[in-house]
Amino acid sequence: MLKSQKNKYTKEDPLEHDEYNFAYLDEQTKRMIRRAILKAIAIPGYQVPFSSREMPMPYGWGTGGVQVTASCLCPTDTLKVIDQGADDTTNAVSIRKFFEKTANINTTDDTNSASIIQTRHRIPEEPLKEGQILIYQVPIPEPLRFLEPRETETRIMHALEEYGLMHVKLYEDITKHGHISTAYAYPIKVEERYVMDPSPIPKFDNPKLHNNEALQLFGAGREQRIYAIPPYTKVISLDFEDYPFEPMKAEAICSICGSNSSYLDEIIINDKGDKSYICSDTNYCEKRK
Amino acid sequence: MYVAVKGGEKAIENAHRWLSEKRRGNTDLKSIELKQISEQLFLSVSRVMAEGSLYDKELASLAIKQSSGDLIEAIFLLRAYRTTLPRFGYSKGIETDNMICSRRISATYKDLPGGQILGPTYDYTHRLLDFKLIAEEEVHNSKEVEIDNIEKLSRVSEYLNKDDLIKRENNTSKQPKDLTREPLELPADRSLRLQSLTRSDEGFLLGMAYSTQRGYGRNHPFVGELRIGIVDVFFEISELGIEIEIGEIEITECETVNQFMGSKKEPPQFTRGYGLVFGQSERKAISMALVDRALQWKELGEENQNAPAQDEEFVLYHGDNIQATGFVEHIKLPHYVDFQSELELIRKIRKDAQKSEK
Repeated sequence: MLKSQKNKYTKEDPLEHDEYNFAYLDEQTKRMIRRAILKAIAIPGYQVPFSSREMPMPYGWGTGGVQVTASCLCPTDTLKVIDQGADDTTNAVSIRKFFEKTANINTTDDTNSASIIQTRHRIPEEPLKEGQILIYQVPIPEPLRFLEPRETETRIMHALEEYGLMHVKLYEDITKHGHISTAYAYPIKVEERYVMDPSPIPKFDNPKLHNNEALQLFGAGREQRIYAIPPYTKVISLDFEDYPFEPMKAEAICSICGSNSSYLDEIIINDKGDKSYICSDTNYCEKRK
Repeated sequence: MYVAVKGGEKAIENAHRWLSEKRRGNTDLKSIELKQISEQLFLSVSRVMAEGSLYDKELASLAIKQSSGDLIEAIFLLRAYRTTLPRFGYSKGIETDNMICSRRISATYKDLPGGQILGPTYDYTHRLLDFKLIAEEEVHNSKEVEIDNIEKLSRVSEYLNKDDLIKRENNTSKQPKDLTREPLELPADRSLRLQSLTRSDEGFLLGMAYSTQRGYGRNHPFVGELRIGIVDVFFEISELGIEIEIGEIEITECETVNQFMGSKKEPPQFTRGYGLVFGQSERKAISMALVDRALQWKELGEENQNAPAQDEEFVLYHGDNIQATGFVEHIKLPHYVDFQSELELIRKIRKDAQKSEK
């Protein structure tokens, strides 16, 4: 566990802390979720069903991630919450405040000093290290869902390792567009067994999934699934020998910090529609300024 | 230079402050009281309790007040509260045979023991705006309506049961699964399906039920019996070995009688659809019964018509309005990163396409 540190988000409001159990969920529920997490770690990439609870924020807004975070949090943890790479987007603020209120833990923007990072749609630019947990919010955990809408079918396909349909889809992309036309939530294969949806991160982030030192947990609240990539796990992005996977980003540099290697957001800067680019990872950008 | 917008935290606080002002409305008017909601908007309260899966009129009224009358938001508040409550155990199954009915009608028999009891209903009212209600209403001095029919009312389906004309539904001793404690796994048995349907969105179920009537999985229903009334809830204290009554709840129950021509598995006989909902909600109870019947096609060995209402996975996965509203509305959250990656991709594909045209 990392040393907790003071930061600008933590505010003392002891009145609020007695109404709910530590980190909101009751201990029985946390135990149930921890069991699911342990199973997920034991079978990398396999989607473990769990009995998702109604959280005080809507389904589709990170309830899966929040439940996993709540079950992993200890009072000594330091939590970072990002959405689209940024610490100050509305939903990240809302989730961070939720845990400040219900768990009274320290929070931080600093990727390096966080022990737990909850994220939506990005992996931080700064490499993660052993002991850290990266928790993803997942909207649709099933990578085969858009090829086969039925859960009963897709579970069988995973059981039989029947992933032909996915390869056909990627192949058809190439014949139609000359490229694999998936830009985010790009399918991966974990430890040469399960095809997995990495949540809607841009495919630029996919290489960071591989051999990551941190534990990566994925929570899908509405769909009631938890899955995991343990540290140092082999992760490959699906591709073909003659059409190898290539990560992609805007061919520009950040107009704030000048980075040419970080993932960039495009912003419109005037009514003429002129564009500029800035780092999507706000903490990375700030540190380089 | 443009600097990306900061200060989400403050913006959220301001937005919420504005909302709470707006919810209160004009402060020259009195704040609405919970009792007024539970007394005068009791059908809203019924719906919130049913889909919130929590029978508590006061909390449901509070949720309706807090959500400015947005019932799905109110249901959400109630569900989020419910999930934090500890479970002491499960009550005994309620005996709807012993219901004290304020309403009980049958569409299959003109008269029957106990008679048709209309009760408080909007049926047969003319849907004309009653402008008298604009003015403060004078107190109707109608004497308290008394339910004089305390005797146990026999059940319509029992008459059919006696002649073996309707499929018997056997009591299983199996403890049903708890949908709120275990993940939904398919195929689901009937008790789990009914559990899911009773907390499903009323509008969704109504649409599904309507589709069966219009031919998408038609199942020829009659309302055998529809009752609204009060039942007692019992709880067994295992340490003491006794059963105590912990309260009473109002429920709506609907049993449909459906034509059935027989299949390889079952002889020709009537079959049933079943609906049971907290509070007073006939529309929901009837819809639930129709959908329940449509979902039984497999057990009865009927033909799969590929109708949406016959599709267990479709119905059970999409009926929950809290899940649905969350996911549908989440697309208003920032998607800068994903949109950016799509932008890059489309630019790349367009560039390649233009190159190859030349």
